[in-house]
Amino acid sequence: MASTNLKIAIVGGGLAGLAAAMKIAEAGHEVDLISVVPVKRSHSVCAQGGINGAVNTKGEGDSPAKHLDDTVYGGDFLANQPPVKRMTDMAPEIIYLFDRMGVPFSRTKEGLLDFRRFGGTLHHRTAFAGASTGQQLLYALDEQVRKWETQGKVNKYEGWEMLSLVLDDHQVCRGLIAMDLRSLELKAFQADAVIIATGGPGLIFGKSTNSMTCTGSAVSTCYQQGARYANGEFIQVHPTSIPGEDKLRLMSESARGEGGRVWVPKIDGDSRDPKDIPEGERWYFLEEKYPAYGNLVPRDIATREIFQVCLEGHGVAGENQVYLDLTHIPAETLTRKLGAILEIYEMFVGDDPRYVPMRIFPGVHYSMGGLWVDFEQRTNIPGLFAAGECDYSIHGANRLGANSLVSCVYGGFVAAPAAVEYAKNVDRGNTESNGIHDAELRRQQEINASIISNEGDENQYKLHEEMGKWMTDNVTVVRYNDRLKATDEKLLELQNRFKRISINDSNLWATQAVPHARQLWNMLQLARVITLGALNRNESRGAHYKPDFPDRDDDNYLKTTIAEYSEEAPVFSYEPVDVSLVEPRKRDYSKGKAAK
Amino acid sequence: MTAHVEKKRLEDPPAKFKLRIQRRDNEDAQVRWETFELAYRRNLNVISALMDVRKNPVTIEGKQTTPPVWDMSCLEQVCGICTMVIDGRVRQSCSALIDDLLLESGNDSITLQPMSKFPNVRDLVVDRSRMFEHLQQVHAWIELDGTYDLGPGPQISNETAQERYAYSRCMTCGCCLEACPQYDDDEYIGPQAIAQARLFNMHPVGKMDSDERLNGLMGNDGITNCGNAQNCVQVCPMSIPLTRAIYETNRDITVNALFGWLRK
Repeated sequence: MASTNLKIAIVGGGLAGLAAAMKIAEAGHEVDLISVVPVKRSHSVCAQGGINGAVNTKGEGDSPAKHLDDTVYGGDFLANQPPVKRMTDMAPEIIYLFDRMGVPFSRTKEGLLDFRRFGGTLHHRTAFAGASTGQQLLYALDEQVRKWETQGKVNKYEGWEMLSLVLDDHQVCRGLIAMDLRSLELKAFQADAVIIATGGPGLIFGKSTNSMTCTGSAVSTCYQQGARYANGEFIQVHPTSIPGEDKLRLMSESARGEGGRVWVPKIDGDSRDPKDIPEGERWYFLEEKYPAYGNLVPRDIATREIFQVCLEGHGVAGENQVYLDLTHIPAETLTRKLGAILEIYEMFVGDDPRYVPMRIFPGVHYSMGGLWVDFEQRTNIPGLFAAGECDYSIHGANRLGANSLVSCVYGGFVAAPAAVEYAKNVDRGNTESNGIHDAELRRQQEINASIISNEGDENQYKLHEEMGKWMTDNVTVVRYNDRLKATDEKLLELQNRFKRISINDSNLWATQAVPHARQLWNMLQLARVITLGALNRNESRGAHYKPDFPDRDDDNYLKTTIAEYSEEAPVFSYEPVDVSLVEPRKRDYSKGKAAK
Repeated sequence: MTAHVEKKRLEDPPAKFKLRIQRRDNEDAQVRWETFELAYRRNLNVISALMDVRKNPVTIEGKQTTPPVWDMSCLEQVCGICTMVIDGRVRQSCSALIDDLLLESGNDSITLQPMSKFPNVRDLVVDRSRMFEHLQQVHAWIELDGTYDLGPGPQISNETAQERYAYSRCMTCGCCLEACPQYDDDEYIGPQAIAQARLFNMHPVGKMDSDERLNGLMGNDGITNCGNAQNCVQVCPMSIPLTRAIYETNRDITVNALFGWLRK
């Protein structure tokens, strides 16, 4: 019999997870919210530039239909279009809702919401709160969820990491197992429905713009337990990041949205101070090649151009870096519109971008691929839902800037009622007493025990570094089949060597060694999905670029890649893309009406 | 407009530098110190130095030890999690550059300690859940009729939006509480929560239930415990005008106490 006291567990407390938690609590149901960090510290805080929605307050004739067109065109037609339409239709009301929640969005003279331009569109469609929009939106949801927490509707488990799903004999999801990251105690969470909202897997590439929590580990366990993973090979490399020893820090697209220009000296290795290089001796290569969109071409294109310019030896000082120049804009304007991100650059590099052109290079940023979901955010496992970066549904082969925040919230808003509806109707049967939770808990305890007792000669952090280097070198901007094959062999080798790691920490209280080992294993699994998915796709589309197959090939590859786990290797299949709303056309950003 | 001044840089870096780390196995264990020696490289921050140690946790005396444990996430000084006390100053470890620290101290050693005002979980990790409880206490949210579509929010001047934005950047890192001489145990709620109350009381809708927030600040642990040391505003990594928030909230509480009965 269906039950009235629903139990819904949400894994991940970023924008998508909190959006879902808020909706479920508002509908009167209880939520267990599991997050590796206090939810207010989730990776959504890193989103900088803004959130897209065709509110059309600038007299430009913008509309959700144009937002839909820009999104599917920008995504090189790999996204199923109906959910994209639903998202772009919902986007204005999402922005208004955040406005009502008190997000300090930047305003116009009249006190209305202000909008800026972002890549891949000719409209001012991006609402923003300074240059820390993700932080502001996350805080707004965090606040609303805190209110529900005080009313007993949301139970937070912060500092807990999901290890696996609890599936019954019919592959129906009945809950999950999570680990307290201090005591390493495991707990079984009974749930009628589980929503995964754990974000992207950037750490597979070692250094990326992602937070250190973005391992993709929870998603990988779902995949290993039978969830389908879609379009894994589509990894966005952001054109402008600040290289660092520990991570690649994002330099927001809003820097270009507010007029930032990308250039290199026309003379290779020109050692002059950039300010001393006259206009005529600078090569603004994006503006030259793409007169309509200029510096605001979509990310995949900007990334490849910057990468290529450096590969050919034209980078600043002959190195892998180009200038991103804001110095022609008044310092006061920059402080007001971009203060937060300029501070980041100054803090970590030591130069003030208001006066000195920034040096930037592409960095792994976002996964368009993720758990396969239908148009209601349901995965193929009954009772398991996914929302946010960890699902594949919206961005196709390339994500447009400022579409991630809106897709996270949209995913949460769709997943929440879908999960409630499912939970209302699912029959619990005897799943609370038949021992499946205990059995899964024991299985996970055994895995922990074997990791702890292992005494081998391998260092897990060095293995992680090696995986990251291979993935970054071979599975990012430019891809060759022989190198993809070699990478997969390397990943298998690393999986073998993983079995010989020693955790190296005799103190198990609050140890990071055991969680990291589990994450690493899961990353190694997902890395193969990304690599082999790329190997199998012999075309170039969006972020996936193969010089040996330089064109998009709709006849053979206008289809979604689906990976399913098997012990030997991921098993791939394909399904058609729903292009019922916007007919696929060639992507060409070099022509079109010039931007205002 | 202020003129642009170029930052002073470490001209003559040492080949090696030392990381002195305060260790503790768990909350009940004794504090001990361990020193690690690392090869200097340009562009290191405290986090990447700690990552080096973690890969090979051997002290300067050659003793194999457990890897030091610390919190980190965004590494862009926006999540607040990696806060610790570095050379005696509370700050985020991601944005603490080794070059700058060596330049400031003039020697080749950097000292890392956990924050002292919160329970010390292990090594450099502390438990700041108290700070999130403060946010409950001051009702740090806007009351909505519902999350369904009710159109846009109130029109707000950009000036007010910018003022609120400054408060809204608080990442709950705890620097202000660590530096505050009055903040200890549960005797004083501290500047973080007061500034968040201010953030919502400044909003046209938030204003409607400002009494609830002010009430949260009028108890024994309330705003009157502020000793006006002004340390908070000095250490806030987001440059939040914390002392202004305290002043303005105090004013609101006084007005409320004087005239609040008129509304009853």
